[in-house]
Amino acid sequence: MKTLVIFPIIIPLLTASFCLVSYKTPRLQWLFTWFGNLSYFIVALIFLQATYQGNYYSIQIGNWEAPFGITIVIDLFSSIMLLITSILVFCSFLYSLTMSSKEEFRSGYPSLIFFLMMGVSGAFTTGDLFNLYVWFEVMLMSSFVLMAFGGEQQQLEGSIKYVILNLISSAIFLASTGILYGMVGTVNLADLSIKFSIIEYNYPKLIVSSLLLIAFGIKAGLFPLYFWLPASYHTPPPGISALFSGLLTKVGMYSIIRTFTLFYKEVDIPIQNTLLIIAGMTMLIGVLGAVSQNEIRRILSFHIISQIGYMLMGLALWSVMGIAGAVYFIVHNIVAKSNLFFISGIINKKTGRYHIKSQGNLYQESPILSICFLCSALSLAGLPPLSGFVGKLTLIIAGIHSKAYITVFISIVVSFLTLFSMTKIWIYTFWGTPHYKKEASSESDKNLFFAYSAIIILALLTASLGIFGEIFLNISEKSAQELLQPLTYIEKIMEY
Amino acid sequence: MNSLILKTAGKYIAPLLFLFAIYLLFTGHNQPGGGFSGGLVASASFILLAFAYGVEQTQKWIRISPLYIIAIGLLLAVGSGVISILFGQPFMTGVWITLESLTLGTPMLFDTGVFLVVLGTTLLIILELIKEV
Repeated sequence: MKTLVIFPIIIPLLTASFCLVSYKTPRLQWLFTWFGNLSYFIVALIFLQATYQGNYYSIQIGNWEAPFGITIVIDLFSSIMLLITSILVFCSFLYSLTMSSKEEFRSGYPSLIFFLMMGVSGAFTTGDLFNLYVWFEVMLMSSFVLMAFGGEQQQLEGSIKYVILNLISSAIFLASTGILYGMVGTVNLADLSIKFSIIEYNYPKLIVSSLLLIAFGIKAGLFPLYFWLPASYHTPPPGISALFSGLLTKVGMYSIIRTFTLFYKEVDIPIQNTLLIIAGMTMLIGVLGAVSQNEIRRILSFHIISQIGYMLMGLALWSVMGIAGAVYFIVHNIVAKSNLFFISGIINKKTGRYHIKSQGNLYQESPILSICFLCSALSLAGLPPLSGFVGKLTLIIAGIHSKAYITVFISIVVSFLTLFSMTKIWIYTFWGTPHYKKEASSESDKNLFFAYSAIIILALLTASLGIFGEIFLNISEKSAQELLQPLTYIEKIMEY
Repeated sequence: MNSLILKTAGKYIAPLLFLFAIYLLFTGHNQPGGGFSGGLVASASFILLAFAYGVEQTQKWIRISPLYIIAIGLLLAVGSGVISILFGQPFMTGVWITLESLTLGTPMLFDTGVFLVVLGTTLLIILELIKEV
């Protein structure tokens, strides 16, 4: 079991290398891709099952002891994220089976995705702040290439914004790691967690944690730092932007939750208030941006921001229920939002455009697509019995318990606005008369079989996350309890 | 570029550079050097050839596509870490064998992997750039 801890990192790396070796034969690449996906999924499942019993698994890379070497830890929160990553990557490959051209495969698309997957799973499993920075870089390098994949003018413009903002965020992250190392002399998260609370003065603590919040906040798309996201996420091919929207911002969110729960063992009122304000503003600004847009992918990009606000709200409430809501919400959001991006790609394949006012009448043309869209969109808005409802309800109840009435009020208003903007897409795209001429080249449903199976899988997952909400909420509650008791985490790693 | 001086000098300097790169790779364990700098010097030797004799001729000499060099390097580097798992130790722990006075270990394999990745990446970028000119 201990040996398996490194496998979520090794499997994507090996798969990516084998895909590189066989980059001229797409068939062989497919074989490696499915094999890699499957084994990753099995490993993630094993870990979810094992960590649900309350176990932690950690190894020291190169056998260097805990505070000095690099630690890789898998706890319940990590394994939840690993499992959902594997499902999303699987669906993205299924989707690109029909949506991408052979050319894309020759230029190394699968290996890039697997390098991205390696970076993401590294970030989810590392127990070391500096190592987290390294995984961010791994993730960003492949995402830079994927962002510019295809090399259209619009894409390059989007990638420049994306690259520059992310480099700034990396620099801030590195600076804050350096400051922390200077203050306490360690970068191991468990060790930091002990020593951080020993620091006497409050200001250095505040500086470091706000620097970290800025660095992760840029990646996650929090309120004042979100503007790069809607400017770039709509430019790459839909399969890639779905993967980005599902994974990258959530990695930032994961890091915020992980570091803040470890650094602050009890509620710190100024930090809590700041987080609550940021969460509320993120929700509100994101959804207001979405309401004003008419391009389907831009609407969805703005919604990413507003949903990130909910996750931050869960953390800011600092209760078991709040953090459980945040964990659940991350999973729900990865499933629902990625599916909407996938669907936007199919809509574009059918109508040839992304602007919602120039689409129409898709409901008659393909009911399955419409139902999948409806399922994910209503889930995003938070209608029962879909997954968004369970997540939002948990967060709102937790908010009322913690007496954060203003943020709760904002979150309810934002839900209505989300519903409004999803209805807007529905009315213009799926109802009404078509505003476009059907081209001879537009694809029939049969050619898109695999793309359809990907969105159907995700739509079913959204529905079952909601219907069997109690089971999933139970798992996230357990991981929230673990997150709020960092002492167990520390003990397991430092092996006192 | 078609210069007799560069061609004649390149013929002698490039193999020397490559030898020096290998020296850097092996000496890197205890002294300055290592896979990264070795890989850079090795790619410099091919780039010198590319300037003197043209890209196509150089690619013929290299025989395999730089992309394969990167892939093989990556596999070597991962493999060096995986070996220690087979011996029941955590990933990337050094495993050593001694053959009389010669000590060989997995860090050496890792460095060779880095060497190949750097060589492949640099060649891939610079050969493409020379083609553009």
